[in-house]
Amino acid sequence: MELELRGITKRFPGVVANDDVNLTVRTGEVLALVGENGAGKSTLMNIMYGLYHADEGEIVVDGTPQTFASPGDAIAAGIGMVHQHFMLVPVFTVAENVVLGVEPTGFLGRIERDEAHRQVAEISAQYGLDLDPEALVETLPVGIQQRIEILKVLFRNAEIVVFDEPTAVLTPQEIEEFFNIVDALKAAGKGIVFITHKLKEALRIADRISVLRRGKTVGSADPKEINEVQLAEMMVGRPVQLVVEKEHAEPGPATLSVDDLHVVTPEGRSVLDHISFDVRAGEIVGVAGVQGNGQTELVEALTGLRDPVSGTVTIDGSDITTATPREVHDARIAHIPEDRQRSGLVGAFSVAENMVLTSYASEPFSSGFLMNWSKAREVAAELVEQYDVRTPSIDTPASNLSGGNQQKVIVARELSRELRAVIASQPTRGVDVGSIEYIHAQIVKARDEGVAVLVVSTELDEVMALADRVVVMYRGRIVANLRRDETDHSEVGLFMAGAKEQQPA
Amino acid sequence: MTEVANPPTPEASEPDDPTGPSNIFTRIWARIDTTNAVVLPGLAILSALIIGAFVIALSDIDKIQDGDWFGILDTIVDAYWALIEGAFFSLNGWSETLIATTPLLLAGLAVAVTFRAGLFNIGGTGQMLLGGVFAVYIGFTMTGPGPIQVPLAVCAGLFGGMLWGLIPGILKARAGVHEVISTIMLNFIASSFVLWLLKTDAFGREDRADPISKLVADEGRLPRVFGFLDRPELRAHFGFFIAIGACIFFWWLLERTTLGFEIRSQGSNADAARYAGMKPASLIIISFAIAGSFAGLAGATEVIGTQGRLTQTFAGNIGFDAIAVALLGRSTPLGTALAAFLFGALQAGGQNMQVKTGVPIDLVLIMRALIVLFIAAPQLMKLIWRVKTDDASTGPKFAGWGS
Amino acid sequence: MGLVSAPVDEPSDTPSSADAERPQRGGPPPTSVGPGEEAYLGTLGFLEESPENKRRARNIGIAYLVAAVVCLVVFARGDGGVSTFGISDDSSFSVAGIPLAWFTAVTLAALGGAQIMRGTGKWTAAAASVAAILFVFTFMAWAAAGQSFSLTGTLQDALKAATPLVLGALAGIMCERSGIINIAIEGLLLSGAFTSALVGSLTNIWIGIVAAMIASCLLALLLAWLAIRFSVDQVIAGFAINFFVLGLTSFLDSRVLTRNPDYNSVKTIGDIEVPILSDIPFIGPILFEQSFYVYTALALVGIIGWALFRTKWGLRTRAVGEHPQAAGTLGVNVIRRRYYNLAMAGAIAGFGGSWWTADVGRFNENITNGRGFIALAVVIVGRWNPFGALLAALLFGFADALALKFSFLGTGIPSEFLEMAPFLVTLVVVASFGRGARPPKALGQPYEQQ
Repeated sequence: MELELRGITKRFPGVVANDDVNLTVRTGEVLALVGENGAGKSTLMNIMYGLYHADEGEIVVDGTPQTFASPGDAIAAGIGMVHQHFMLVPVFTVAENVVLGVEPTGFLGRIERDEAHRQVAEISAQYGLDLDPEALVETLPVGIQQRIEILKVLFRNAEIVVFDEPTAVLTPQEIEEFFNIVDALKAAGKGIVFITHKLKEALRIADRISVLRRGKTVGSADPKEINEVQLAEMMVGRPVQLVVEKEHAEPGPATLSVDDLHVVTPEGRSVLDHISFDVRAGEIVGVAGVQGNGQTELVEALTGLRDPVSGTVTIDGSDITTATPREVHDARIAHIPEDRQRSGLVGAFSVAENMVLTSYASEPFSSGFLMNWSKAREVAAELVEQYDVRTPSIDTPASNLSGGNQQKVIVARELSRELRAVIASQPTRGVDVGSIEYIHAQIVKARDEGVAVLVVSTELDEVMALADRVVVMYRGRIVANLRRDETDHSEVGLFMAGAKEQQPA
Repeated sequence: MTEVANPPTPEASEPDDPTGPSNIFTRIWARIDTTNAVVLPGLAILSALIIGAFVIALSDIDKIQDGDWFGILDTIVDAYWALIEGAFFSLNGWSETLIATTPLLLAGLAVAVTFRAGLFNIGGTGQMLLGGVFAVYIGFTMTGPGPIQVPLAVCAGLFGGMLWGLIPGILKARAGVHEVISTIMLNFIASSFVLWLLKTDAFGREDRADPISKLVADEGRLPRVFGFLDRPELRAHFGFFIAIGACIFFWWLLERTTLGFEIRSQGSNADAARYAGMKPASLIIISFAIAGSFAGLAGATEVIGTQGRLTQTFAGNIGFDAIAVALLGRSTPLGTALAAFLFGALQAGGQNMQVKTGVPIDLVLIMRALIVLFIAAPQLMKLIWRVKTDDASTGPKFAGWGS
Repeated sequence: MGLVSAPVDEPSDTPSSADAERPQRGGPPPTSVGPGEEAYLGTLGFLEESPENKRRARNIGIAYLVAAVVCLVVFARGDGGVSTFGISDDSSFSVAGIPLAWFTAVTLAALGGAQIMRGTGKWTAAAASVAAILFVFTFMAWAAAGQSFSLTGTLQDALKAATPLVLGALAGIMCERSGIINIAIEGLLLSGAFTSALVGSLTNIWIGIVAAMIASCLLALLLAWLAIRFSVDQVIAGFAINFFVLGLTSFLDSRVLTRNPDYNSVKTIGDIEVPILSDIPFIGPILFEQSFYVYTALALVGIIGWALFRTKWGLRTRAVGEHPQAAGTLGVNVIRRRYYNLAMAGAIAGFGGSWWTADVGRFNENITNGRGFIALAVVIVGRWNPFGALLAALLFGFADALALKFSFLGTGIPSEFLEMAPFLVTLVVVASFGRGARPPKALGQPYEQQ
């Protein structure tokens, strides 16, 4: 089978997401589609899968133009998709998730469970996916959930399988396993489209690479003839610094100390299992780990958003274990939240209002109860200038800004005051390369000024690039605390997968 | 209420900008978002009037049976004419319009403040009832002097409403009870409670069998607006100015205070507010307390102003109409005031319509429901009226269900 | 990335209104944590005591103690009469109020103490149920002191009063399981009551019932259309529909029905005694001497309960309510499913509304008087499960029946307080048991399909 996208153009209000994109994929090959965040990759794939409709252009299957009105049509045409955010119903079993839409039924639409389990187990065995049809999805780890997604696609006899950023949530070891599955699928005659912004992975697995930049196909490449630097330049449109430039760290005394911290969720699950570490002044500690191993809860506990059951957090010796977020802020700790749209900004508020979102309650922005908006606007205007936030005006609603500029608003707000510590969670997620470079530079600058910096990221590359020391979290515990210059990607990867644990020194 | 996708609303981008254009009217007009604040509400009202006409026509059984089509048209024209006439064409009409506007504006603010905090207060009725209870008690136990008794009764009403408003706030903040359920239940509870009170010796009037409270002393009544004219049928009272004052307070609170900033943040993005160190639980409780206070004021002005006594049904549908008022006014101070005025006029005119043409005032209720629907569905209005604009909002939104 | 809700990959550095819409749409924003976030954590040390749980356990304990004090201060000081509870025509049992009050007070105090000291763990729910039953029974014995009280009759009335709640709640479950908040249950019931009265008067009650189902079905479709096609906030849309139906039925009542009494007079439907089964002592009269509404409601609970968890329809409906994007990407037509389910829900609610007509034979202004809102609470307390909703509805029906009974008995409790009982019970029950409820994930969130 051969699938071809011809001249696809897709516009959203104010944005051209895809601009005359051409792409071809055949069965038995792996095509990597690379581009940075916001390049239009996912939009393109959603068009291919019938979720969006192209404004112009056509989808051609084996030489016949087709219209996909819905995913159902795409599935019927032999296209399957594994979404970046899994499309699984958490309260359903594996089998229920797989058969949804094509259920084997009996009298009065009763679902033949045994039959469903048998079918699912059969295909699972055929491709070596090793899945229990009766397991409840919400109890399964991410790697397994991804295999359910793959099984769903195979169950529907897909010939072409699209993977959207499949490795984002996997450990380096799981990524290897995943590549093995991709090889097996290729060997079984399936065509693979692999969407990623991680160039190493594209070079590792693809037979061909297509590059998307600002909605346009800017070219294709043979992975055997191109290197990472060239590919990055193609993707961004200018030479890119792949490493963060920074001086050697000269850490001072421990500033932020975490001792025996234990956190339990309201449902009674232990999510931080008695962890301890220090962040010293003038040092960046990077927290590595696969998403969902307690990093979110750690940041919440440190910033006053979650109360621990036991353990202490101190800043320069003063206890902030049970401090409120406001008290943490007043203790001169900056917090860059992991999800800017959900918790970092009020989208409907102007840039100026967002600039004072955390410091509105104190001088000079208010005198207790009354706001001093003229002062707030004055400061906001300065920060917009200073931190290179590209916005039409400080009265523009923050939601109208691009992801990178939204993040810069937060960085400006949080880093522009005198600080003792910075807690940055996923500081560059979903941000364009230019903004990433800028934000990284700001974080390093804070370190050089003697601030203790904790960076939490699920992107191992980001942790390795920024950190002076790397802490690895696995299942709510710290399994390793390493000096950056004494470790490497593969060792950290082993710790992240829980395959190895550092003995307490 | 998150209005994330909206262009900046007048108050969202309210800067204290001394360098703006000098003419205050051009400044205000420039900041009003014409599509969402003027065009769509206007179309919503027009649509409601048209559907209301159909309802009048279809319910005119006798004329339908006779096939008297022109007669039906006459009924519609007469009804709407009586509606407008009753609201505006006499000093008495204006007086009645102001009387109806007063509680609608106060109760509308009670809903608007919760909307701004991302909450939905359906409990205006119960909060008004409690406000009325407290105000009437001062009203009939004291006998002046007026300058002391009246403010005291107003404050008592405010306090009563605040108490009742605190309950859903606390239930939401502490036990996770969705405010839609708790406020509805509290309306029923308040209503039964008032009925019981009116049968007790402390509140009930001895010489009457029906549930009605003792009369508020004359000194304790709110002074009349048109008192200088010596026309006793002009009932409009100073409650209207209390309502205007409350409206200005609402603007000041939202735009000039840190609490207002917190309430708006909570309403626009509760997560971000929490991350920014604001306290969601207290904000929920405070918002509901403020809402209850506004509604309590509405109850107080009704009881010691318009009616001079407490009955179980004095709040009528005002608590619900208030939701329509807040929605129509987009929960802004000016918008809420204008919407309350419109609905007040509808109310005053509706009474005239019922008396003169026999078309039940329930028609006004239907029209308000339709206005809410159409305001909440700007995309529907665009479709029906073929409005071509990209900047229509997607309507107000609330946080989800559960807790 | 936010797959269905918004364009995902807009070029960077370009202001985008699409970007702006994301948080509002409610779906997981593109940068949010993936569905696997909880996954690893699920396998950790299970069910440790979190601060929240401890606080909750303590609060329950305090509630027990308060109840114990009420027993001592109020119930143990009654006039000391013996109350007689009738079980059938010729058998009854008697209870002395004061000793029972003492017994209950001691039991509650013990439970409260145990709860505060060390928590009752997995027995919490069971202990709470026992305590509640004991407390209510003590209350009944106190209120009915010196009189005789038909237990059978009360339970019979409870089931009867629960019927419209069950039907309303089933309609609510159908909607909410498919992801649409339905606070318009009240309006759907009211329109059913009105339509069945009007059409039933002109024809007969059976045609009236069908007309009621059609009318409410159309209203439910209106809600669906507003919510799905125009992304109207579902709470506001439902609220407006309630408001609209109340206005319209009141308007038509005073303009049409009052002027033409013939239009508002329906032959009521009597009870059907099921042969043999109705002769079973105690249970027989309660369960098998009821109207066909009761039988139909019970049957619907069984059918919908089975279908929701065992059939293709149920699997897809739940998928649509939990994760519409997942269903949509597998070719399930989310929007059509929602329309269908809302239509069915409307029909059920319309049928529930006709219960009033079949019971009293006419329509009165606002005849449903808030029962639709209680049905909404029943949905939540019943955890979106038909069987749970049946139990919750019975609880409220019992409060209703008890209030009615006591107002006949003349217990000295003001009738106004009896009238508020069902609403007060709703508030207390939702406050106590609402928090653990887990609504369908996608509830209230618009789903966008291009």
